[in-house]
Amino acid sequence: MSDNPNSMRELTVQGLWRNNPGLVQLLGLCPLLAVTGTVTNALGLGLATLLVLLGSNIVVSMVRKLVPSEIRIPVFVLIIASFVTVIQLLMNAFTFGLYQSLGIFIPLIVTNCAIIGRAEAFASKNAVLPAAIDALMMGLGFMLVLLALGAMREILGQGTLFDGADLLLGPWAAVLRIELFALDTQFLLAMLPPGAFIGMGLLIALKNVIDARLQQRQSAAAGITRARVTGAAQ
Amino acid sequence: MSFKIASSPHNRISRSTSQLMLLVVLACLPGIIVQALLFGYGVLVQLVLAIATAWAAEALIMRLRAKPVLPRLKDHSALLTGVLLAVAIPPYAPWWLIIIGTGFAIIIVKQLYGGLGNNLFNPAMAAYVMLLISFPLQMTQWLPSASLQPEALTLLDAVCTVFSQYSCSGFSVSQLQTGIDGISMATPLDTLRTDLAAGRTLTESLQQPVFYGFAGAGWLWVNLAYLAGGLVLLKLQVIGWRIPLAVLGTLFGLSLLSWLAAADTNPSPLFQLFSGATMLAAFFIATDPVSASTTNQGRILYGMLIGLMIFIIRKYGGYPDGVAFAVLLANMAVPLIDYYTRPRTYGHQAKGAGK
Repeated sequence: MSDNPNSMRELTVQGLWRNNPGLVQLLGLCPLLAVTGTVTNALGLGLATLLVLLGSNIVVSMVRKLVPSEIRIPVFVLIIASFVTVIQLLMNAFTFGLYQSLGIFIPLIVTNCAIIGRAEAFASKNAVLPAAIDALMMGLGFMLVLLALGAMREILGQGTLFDGADLLLGPWAAVLRIELFALDTQFLLAMLPPGAFIGMGLLIALKNVIDARLQQRQSAAAGITRARVTGAAQ
Repeated sequence: MSFKIASSPHNRISRSTSQLMLLVVLACLPGIIVQALLFGYGVLVQLVLAIATAWAAEALIMRLRAKPVLPRLKDHSALLTGVLLAVAIPPYAPWWLIIIGTGFAIIIVKQLYGGLGNNLFNPAMAAYVMLLISFPLQMTQWLPSASLQPEALTLLDAVCTVFSQYSCSGFSVSQLQTGIDGISMATPLDTLRTDLAAGRTLTESLQQPVFYGFAGAGWLWVNLAYLAGGLVLLKLQVIGWRIPLAVLGTLFGLSLLSWLAAADTNPSPLFQLFSGATMLAAFFIATDPVSASTTNQGRILYGMLIGLMIFIIRKYGGYPDGVAFAVLLANMAVPLIDYYTRPRTYGHQAKGAGK
């Protein structure tokens, strides 16, 4: 494991797994739970958040020496809000169907704590390149959680995957729609907010189980090294 | 003279959890039998499915948690959850409904919170609510009582209907729901609700055959049977009197008031007590020792809250019966109730002192 916290590898591990904004920091839960009814919605919001995060992290990192620390939060919020507005206008122009189905949750990206959190905790203290990489990885980590939850709820709720993908990716994407099984009656709970909470809880539990397993394996390995008492490295 | 010194709890009848749970299940039997006779054998099929699923789910989770399986199965708590859910859902609901419901009750509501004794919510009722909001159509497929059913359903028919939604002779559930006169029949509470909303008076509404003049054909007997079972439990001191009395008393009092105020648009107190799931709720569901309040004073408050909620949901709510929601809402209030009704330890904290 690299010791440099800004190394590419460390940033990746932190963003995608160890410090995942969705599963570990539990930030941005509102959109996470609200729009993950289908994979398409999740992907749309995930991409939008990723782009906003990337833009805001880069700009915040660029202006970090110019902004007095007393007013840094309003400045960060302004920067984030401008990026959100850009994304919102773009989505309105090019993916209107998805724009309508995501509704209020696009402007609400401004209030996503994951973004302001990264601006405050990372971008305002680091150079542009690490800030950009961090944004990319955190955004990807968030998007992956959105996708996992969206897939889970879509499969359980209506037995499909990528339903309505053409809203996001253009008419060709209609072929992406996979019907896993046909349900006579939809499992409404998976589509409703309680289903999102339960699904999210299960995802976090799954991550914790995997982490516990990994740690067990590691400590088992460490146990062997500890057995060499004297003269051992470390 | 010597006094016997024993540490608390000073309980003269010491029953194990397993015995208690089994007694509750046995006390459900009169209700189940009446339900099977009056509403068709579907409930028996549901019971078998529910119990099998409950045991399987419990065993699965115990295996995952690397704990001994058999002692947990033998405490009969999973059995009770399965039984309560099976009698609560419509008897001819499709087979997957009860399996999803029981699995949810045991795995999510009970075991994910830490298993028996740790669950915040009543597993059967939480599963019922989950099913009701997920599958509203299937969960309201109540058939009229057997005397009003145009086709007599045998046990084999019940199995066919639960598994395929068509009886062996090919009638669909919605056909079975339809009475002799071709009018689809709902439960008495539901019918009354629709009628009152349509501007009919209580007396006009009660003319319909589904009421049988009073609380509804069949429903009265089912409730009486659960009342009998509940009284036996009271007599054996398996459950305390506070929760059932508070539930029934509050429901009775409120419906009496509303009935006296406007007798044409409010069902009578006795109708409220003997229709829907009132008795089942008061004696078997609200008294769940795990999710109910644990102090004496708190139990009365808890029961009153359930009674109040049942009344409010039946009168103003969007669903015809509100037992499950009422119990869950009261479950949520239990930590607060317990906090404020903690009994004073003898010798500590005199009234007005401290705080």
